Amino acid sequence: MDGSQSPVLELKSSTFFAPVLVLYSNEVHLIAEKLRQKISGAPDFFNNSAILFDLTELNNKGMQIDIEILASMLRGLHLFPIGIRGGNDAQQKQAWTLSIPVDSGRSNGSVLLETQSKPDIQPEAPVEIIKEVFRAQATLVTQPVRSGQRIYANGDLVILAQVSAGAEIMAEGNIHVYNTLRGRALAGVQGDTAARLFCLDLQAELISIAGIYKTSEDLKDAVKKKPVQVFLQEQALIIVQLD
Amino acid sequence: MARVVVVTSGKGGVGKTTTSAAIAMGLAKRGHKTAVIDFDVGLRNLDLIMGCERRVVYDFVNVINGEANLNQALIRDKNCNQLYILPASQTRDKDALSLEGVGRVLEELSKEFKYIVCDSPAGIERGAYLAMYYADDALVVTNPEVSSVRDSDRMLGILASKSRRAELAMDPIKEYLLLTRYDPSRVDSGEMLSLEDVQEILSLHLLGIIPESKSVLTASNAGVPVILDEKSDAGQAYADVVARYLGEKRPHRFIESKKGFLRKLFGGK
Ligand SMILES: Nc1ncnc2c1ncn2[C@@H]1O[C@H](COP(=O)(O)OP(=O)(O)O)[C@@H](O)[C@H]1O
Ligand SMILES: [Mg+2]
Repeated sequence: MDGSQSPVLELKSSTFFAPVLVLYSNEVHLIAEKLRQKISGAPDFFNNSAILFDLTELNNKGMQIDIEILASMLRGLHLFPIGIRGGNDAQQKQAWTLSIPVDSGRSNGSVLLETQSKPDIQPEAPVEIIKEVFRAQATLVTQPVRSGQRIYANGDLVILAQVSAGAEIMAEGNIHVYNTLRGRALAGVQGDTAARLFCLDLQAELISIAGIYKTSEDLKDAVKKKPVQVFLQEQALIIVQLD
Repeated sequence: MARVVVVTSGKGGVGKTTTSAAIAMGLAKRGHKTAVIDFDVGLRNLDLIMGCERRVVYDFVNVINGEANLNQALIRDKNCNQLYILPASQTRDKDALSLEGVGRVLEELSKEFKYIVCDSPAGIERGAYLAMYYADDALVVTNPEVSSVRDSDRMLGILASKSRRAELAMDPIKEYLLLTRYDPSRVDSGEMLSLEDVQEILSLHLLGIIPESKSVLTASNAGVPVILDEKSDAGQAYADVVARYLGEKRPHRFIESKKGFLRKLFGGK
């Protein structure tokens, strides 16, 4: 080593990304059953994921729910409850004793994931953990993003090398991949529905803009392995070939 | 200063130990003082391939624990006096190695050796992490099949983000692809991925292709690194790899099946 002192730590402002579970029912067994269905549809997506739960709707209707039972059910499904939103005083106190932080619940960044079915859950909706979110400059990545690696950019994300299957790239702004995209790419993760995704060779496992996503099975052959741009139009992902 | 070369893959049984033995011998034969370390604690394999298993008294773990010094544990190769083997322990478990201990041993070896070849265990867990952490160069051993390619890709991500060079923001580890157990006839029949397929997914500098060859098993049974079998295809392929690693230009061989080669030669299709 060159003898210079290496710092022990640094505190950085950053955002954290987690699905929000918005509850419309207080029957924990029903919630568990629905969740299990969701998870079986996209196991990798949810496995060991952090999750927030939002009790605003329940409390509006005066429906009671036991936070401890809810939290242990979530843990049983390999989800990690990391925050509560819209809870009443008692619920917030109960959450504190379970080491679950209270989120003040500005949910303006959240976007529903599904458009057709009933909105009983919002996976992939962004969550602000630290409040001073700002749109940073573009992040440039010149090295390949390999399987198992994750990249998060506060602003736009520009990648010159390939993104492997099993890798995950996320940006609050646009994503540009000037190479092959085989992994998962999520643009506008703080809810920016104007964000776009560009890549020169679309072979992605998953693409998402502001929480609305398509998996590789949803991709039409016409756009596979093609240079494309992806954007949102009326809550739907549009993929068009670039020429 | 020595150059630390890790031979790694993620997947098991792809040819890491075969490669470590061959490369270490190849470098030593060319006059570079080389040490090869077995990081596969609990399995102990390298000493069998090097044919020195009966001379193992002390091992890597003994040195790390201060129960023996390096000179007591290093075994000089019977075929080449520039080559030394640091065997793994068969009786300890994987946790016997510490990052700090490995660093100490590598630093001490660096004073005397030109190249230190680290034979990594399979997986992406602790053993493989320890083997790659201090590396300057990485030979990523890959077989032409999907699971092996995927594991190599994962290992490349770990090299790029978890190694000492990554943590200290130094120049990154130099990564090389070594495609082993390549069987052109099975590539032709579609059973195996082709070189192009693998390159498309990994896009990595190709150091060489080692053909699937009976000579590998014969050599390992005899306890002699296959690179010393100069008549064999695998031995020649490894000799090419060592030459390329040292900066020589050599065309790639053993890519096409004999049938494919003849077809090309006679202009058929
Ligand atoms: N080029 C090759 N041709 C034929 N067999 C090979 C070749 N390379 C390795 N093998 C065989 O594959 C098996 C695993 O090889 P080894 O070097 O021990 O792999 P690893 O160290 O990656 O587990 C051994 O039986 C070895 O003889
Ligand atoms: Mg081995």
